[in-house]
Amino acid sequence: MIRIEEYAAIVGEATIQELFLLAEHLKGKVVQNINSTAVGGGVAEILTRMIPLLKQLGIDARWDVIKGNEKFFAITKKFHNGLHGVPVEIADEEYETFLEVNRENAEQMNFGDVVFVHDPQPIGLIEKRKELGRNWIWRCHIDFSKPDPKIWKFLEQYVFQYDSAVFSAPSFARKLPIPQVLISPSIDPLSEKNKEIPEETINAVFERFGIDRSRPVITQISRFDYLKDPLGVIKAYKIAKKRVDMQLVLAGGGATDDPEGPVIMQQVKEEADKDKDIFALFLPPSSDLEINALQRGSTVVLQKSLKEGFGLTVSEALWKGKPTIAGAVGGIPLQIAHKYSGILTHSIDGTAYWIKQLVNEPEFARKLGANGREHIKNNFLITRHIKDYLLLFISLFHQGGIVYL
Amino acid sequence: MTAFHFYTKLDQTLLLGKKARNAPGLLEGIRSVPESSIYYHTHRFLQQHHYLSPEPPNDFAYWVTEVLSDEVLGEQLSSVDTIQFESISTLREKFIFLIESHLASVEKITDCSHGEEFHFMASRTFALPTPYVAQNLIEFRDALGRVSVNTIYYHIFDAKLRLERGENDFSKWFDTNGMSTLAEELRKLDPYTHTLEGLRKRIIVLVRKYDTH
Repeated sequence: MIRIEEYAAIVGEATIQELFLLAEHLKGKVVQNINSTAVGGGVAEILTRMIPLLKQLGIDARWDVIKGNEKFFAITKKFHNGLHGVPVEIADEEYETFLEVNRENAEQMNFGDVVFVHDPQPIGLIEKRKELGRNWIWRCHIDFSKPDPKIWKFLEQYVFQYDSAVFSAPSFARKLPIPQVLISPSIDPLSEKNKEIPEETINAVFERFGIDRSRPVITQISRFDYLKDPLGVIKAYKIAKKRVDMQLVLAGGGATDDPEGPVIMQQVKEEADKDKDIFALFLPPSSDLEINALQRGSTVVLQKSLKEGFGLTVSEALWKGKPTIAGAVGGIPLQIAHKYSGILTHSIDGTAYWIKQLVNEPEFARKLGANGREHIKNNFLITRHIKDYLLLFISLFHQGGIVYL
Repeated sequence: MTAFHFYTKLDQTLLLGKKARNAPGLLEGIRSVPESSIYYHTHRFLQQHHYLSPEPPNDFAYWVTEVLSDEVLGEQLSSVDTIQFESISTLREKFIFLIESHLASVEKITDCSHGEEFHFMASRTFALPTPYVAQNLIEFRDALGRVSVNTIYYHIFDAKLRLERGENDFSKWFDTNGMSTLAEELRKLDPYTHTLEGLRKRIIVLVRKYDTH
């Protein structure tokens, strides 16, 4: 198990000391997290890492998972798709089933002093508040910029009953009568995907895939998904390659729930077959070390997304000090200040232009990468995430814009 | 000599659910948001990019320049000399004046692309005491080398503008304890042109000049 003190080597002793100071103010309070799955998915991943660290800080942090049958999860999957803007039809009886399952769970659960509900699946537990009181927070982890209006109308009557709502990016904020807090996701610098690795490991991975490290390598790590625009990346590479020698690595998994995924994957394969300097690597889910090595060994990292929830691959690349070019969408502008800590682009031509610039100007590229790493260190590591959660819990017990603890 | 208690501060970022698509929208937002939002948008880069010098300008200038591509207004907004303002309300007035004047001289209003709107946010500040206390300049200098950058930020930036104490806490303590020359030297320093680590070093060097007297 990772000890909270191990992060001091990265973020400094004083930052860890501040976490302990904050945690003091939650002494005696039970902080209960509730979501819908114990394994798989981003929320479970965050809680698996976060709960032990909160406990080490002295917080009585707990984690409960609601129980539901297949029908319930089929309905919540529809909610999920609808909130992402996919057209879905939900019948009245399905809304009723959703609430029924929430009520059954509420009857069987012991609630903490702070009830921290993650995502829409357990949102109806708030009905219990009338009976119990307590402090309730709803945390939305998904892209909420264009939710299906009917689903939102149903959900908002529950959201309004919470003390606070938490979103991951400014564009997800809505007009709500309760405070809305911005808490961005984070990366763990001690995880397999982000930890320091020896040069030999990087070389071994590049050799295994037949990529030549003596020549420039530009890389995009993401699913082969229309929204990540791998075909746009190939076009930008082709434009840039007319002037600068380079190889292109596209690495990631497939999007199983995306009907266009196999088509995109096939087109990427065809492009790669035509050019020996394009490497399309279809990686299995357990490829964290390979991803770490590919990012670290690249000259420039791309994330040319057309739409993005938060885009943590940008944080991963910047944390490794890599000059990064990314689409100005979703949470990416929070991670990159254009020309200071990376490059934000809006088009294929713009991406090609900046690829050439960064490959040809290694000193400027190095400076962007160094600034990017500092920015991630200060704002997007798990220690900042813990700080935000502690402040969120503490904020429930205080009023005013400036609080003296 | 009175003791100096070092505090730290940690901020929660609030989303106001209000956004702007163009310069008039930005103006309307700047007029109506709470002061904690003006403070947030004029100090976010300073805090989040405190390792950069020069750091990017305030959020308003950055958005107008990079998103609306209005370099004239962007330059005016980024040239606002935050240090000369004693309160957030006067700082707000300055931004309102600059945008109003600019809008009076332009014929065409440019909207940003969808997804690149300016989102108004605000800060909620939590201040808390650290274990560091100084009884004299040597202890002060030693503690200053150990505290987090948040502590430096709190006593230098928050104290003056957000907490409206009129000046930074360090100069005030130096003055109270008969070290007015040191207090004045620190006051003259423009903290907005340093990284926070650079500022820490500068103050330590300044204090060292006096702590052997």
